[in-house]
Amino acid sequence: MLPELGHFALILALLLAGLQAFFGIAGPMLGRDRWIAAVTPAVAGQFVMIATAVGCLVASFVANDFSVLYIAENSNSALPMFYRVTAMWGAHEGSLLLWILLLAAWTVAVTIGASRLPPRFAARVLGVLGLISFGFLLFTLATSNPFLRLDPAAPDGHDLNPILQDPALAIHPPILYTGYVGFAVAFAFACAAMLEGRLDQTWARWTRPWTTAAWAFLTCGIALGSFWAYYELGWGGFWFWDPVENASFMPWLMGTALVHSLAVTDKRGLFKSWTLLLAILAFSLSMLGTFLVRSGVLVSVHSFAADPSRGIFILAFLIIMIGGALSLYAWRAPQLKSTAGFELGSRESFLLFNNVLLVIAATTVFAGTLAPLISDALKLGTVSVGPPYFNPTFMLSMLPLLALLSVGIHSNWKRGRLKDKQRTLLYTLIAAAVLACGLVYGIYSHGRVLTPVGATLALWIVLASLVDPIDRWRRGLSLSRAVIGMTIAHLGLATAVIALTTVQSFTTERDVALAPGASTSAGGYEFRFDGVRPLEGPNYDGVGGTIVVTRQGAPVTVLTPEKRQYWVQRQAITQTSIKMHHGNNLLVALGEDLGGGRWSVRIQIRPLVSLIWLAALIMAIGGATAASDRRYRTAKVAEAPALGATARDGAA
Amino acid sequence: MNRFALPVGVFGLLVVVLAIGIKHSPNKGTIMSPLLGKPAPQFSLPNLTDPARVVSSAGLKGRWYLFNVWGTWCGECRAEHEMLLEVRRAAVVPLVGLDWKDDDAQALSWLAQLGNPYDAVAVDRSGRTAIDWGVYGAPETFLVNPQGIVVFKHVGALTPDVWTRDILPRLAPRAAAKS
Repeated sequence: MLPELGHFALILALLLAGLQAFFGIAGPMLGRDRWIAAVTPAVAGQFVMIATAVGCLVASFVANDFSVLYIAENSNSALPMFYRVTAMWGAHEGSLLLWILLLAAWTVAVTIGASRLPPRFAARVLGVLGLISFGFLLFTLATSNPFLRLDPAAPDGHDLNPILQDPALAIHPPILYTGYVGFAVAFAFACAAMLEGRLDQTWARWTRPWTTAAWAFLTCGIALGSFWAYYELGWGGFWFWDPVENASFMPWLMGTALVHSLAVTDKRGLFKSWTLLLAILAFSLSMLGTFLVRSGVLVSVHSFAADPSRGIFILAFLIIMIGGALSLYAWRAPQLKSTAGFELGSRESFLLFNNVLLVIAATTVFAGTLAPLISDALKLGTVSVGPPYFNPTFMLSMLPLLALLSVGIHSNWKRGRLKDKQRTLLYTLIAAAVLACGLVYGIYSHGRVLTPVGATLALWIVLASLVDPIDRWRRGLSLSRAVIGMTIAHLGLATAVIALTTVQSFTTERDVALAPGASTSAGGYEFRFDGVRPLEGPNYDGVGGTIVVTRQGAPVTVLTPEKRQYWVQRQAITQTSIKMHHGNNLLVALGEDLGGGRWSVRIQIRPLVSLIWLAALIMAIGGATAASDRRYRTAKVAEAPALGATARDGAA
Repeated sequence: MNRFALPVGVFGLLVVVLAIGIKHSPNKGTIMSPLLGKPAPQFSLPNLTDPARVVSSAGLKGRWYLFNVWGTWCGECRAEHEMLLEVRRAAVVPLVGLDWKDDDAQALSWLAQLGNPYDAVAVDRSGRTAIDWGVYGAPETFLVNPQGIVVFKHVGALTPDVWTRDILPRLAPRAAAKS
């Protein structure tokens, strides 16, 4: 009964989304205020219906209803309760439903936040969001319905994919999708602004907190995914440039560019058409990522089951949404004129560099991700593009970005006078270089060329970012949340660069065969293998090894890697064991049973790797702080639509 | 020329590439196995019903056979079983089973209870042979020709659809030659 209720609720949600889209877009166009008034109830009703559908599916999972195909495929009666709930988004159908639920939640938030916006503009924003929701609901109901029954019912379920039975991955999709879907809000604002012809900077100000919040979620979501890959996949890497990872990273890069470009449009009324384009592209890349992962066009190590009929549907949807938005852009953007100018060396110019470099980075990732597809389409044979392509090309645009960041935050709006800051910049750069070389050669006494370069750039950002806030704080001046948030986010970026540089330069990896009692040394540590013992979990059994780690005779820690055999899917899972010691991540994974008690063991010592994920968290906190700035909440609403208005907004 | 129309143009090109990608992807489903068109992996394993004898790839050379990977722990395999019995009744091609990571007693009682569609069942307790065959998850079915080449692979339960659409036509020349 519950699945049918959920199915029915989903159909009602589809109808309500259709109404929301129609009234929201047609209402303002035809000037029908009563239509506009119907948009908000449609949003509320749609949210309730989608929440009901999700509730029904989760309840059916909890009740082990294996007469539902999706549940029979992704759950099992032995599955612990927590994973029975998270199994809801463990595969394609349910994760789409989660996507839709989060979109509905964002829409409700926008509806509440939009009470200060002009009603017609708000209706258009909600109308565009309704159109997106309609497309995804239709997709779910037509090709990926999670409520389909299985007759006869399965005696037991096929179980959730064991590699997904992990706390980090259980919460990774909701956070990642919150970020993805959040860019839909910026997309909707941009489309609404173009539909209305209200292309002054007000729409940019309204969009900023939403975009920054979505960006913060996406940052966290990507970091969680990377964290999971690090300890669960057992290979010890934290980023593989896999299509699924790239699918989330491209919107992040574009979103980062958008956050910065929105600042210019908001403050100075410049880059207006460019910002519109970025807002469209950030969400387009989110949708494209969905397409690439779901359609079977690209095969990835951790993608969901692919189906070409789904691909055709998503492609049609992409043509309508992205093609529509870009056509709207081609029509409206020529009407935009920026009258304000800026000099080279001004903050505008630095943010322009930022945008150009980030877009180049996103483009190189995009090209690398699609290269296999293009070469296949042109019948050039199958190619595989991996880290040897991505690492250097990505670094090529990132290094100048980091260097320009330190200078850019000291520049002024409009004017290019960097002279009065010359000293500060030079001193901080020298201090950073000395500190970086001292640290790199002091601790490790060796390193590649890029090691001191990366460390210097990162430390320069730290020092340069802190000069102004400390100065203002000493003089007793207040700092806005936007500035504090920006500083925190930049410090997070610097932290990430330091961590990545250190990890890439000083990682020790060793694969050895160890008999019980034998030991090996790596990176200054001694690892003694004490053999394996059998173990049994709720839905798996396997073996657990014990490895005692010492350093110069002194005990450090005991690592307990496991090799699990999940009963239902018969999948062997390597459960790595990771401990921190003086900033080093000691990772041990069990490989193969070589017979006679001997095991192949993988040992990795990665310095500062945890800092990568901490850095992402710092960036996200910075984003959240900036998004909560009072300026956005008290922003005045200007009713008069203005095309190509000049900016008189002062520098803040 | 409106430079603001450039993004739409680029997107249009992308759509074309993606559309070609989709058009290609259906065959991707069947090409998925790197074994297709290659010799089937060698194996020599104990026979489930008669442990004294072995089932080996060498012994199967010179005839067509279907290689079906299953296990009593696999729910889909139970769903597939009725179809396997159909295949047996059709008697067009011998069916060789690979009992994957299973308990022998359970496997025997499964066959006694549901009927045995297999001409021979090889026992792969360690799962090594399944790894050689690149098995992704049970059930999986491979069609091997008399030269020992894998000509078709199906992932998931065998259905009447797959049987008539993908397997029978590949066997047809042989069936024609026989009659």
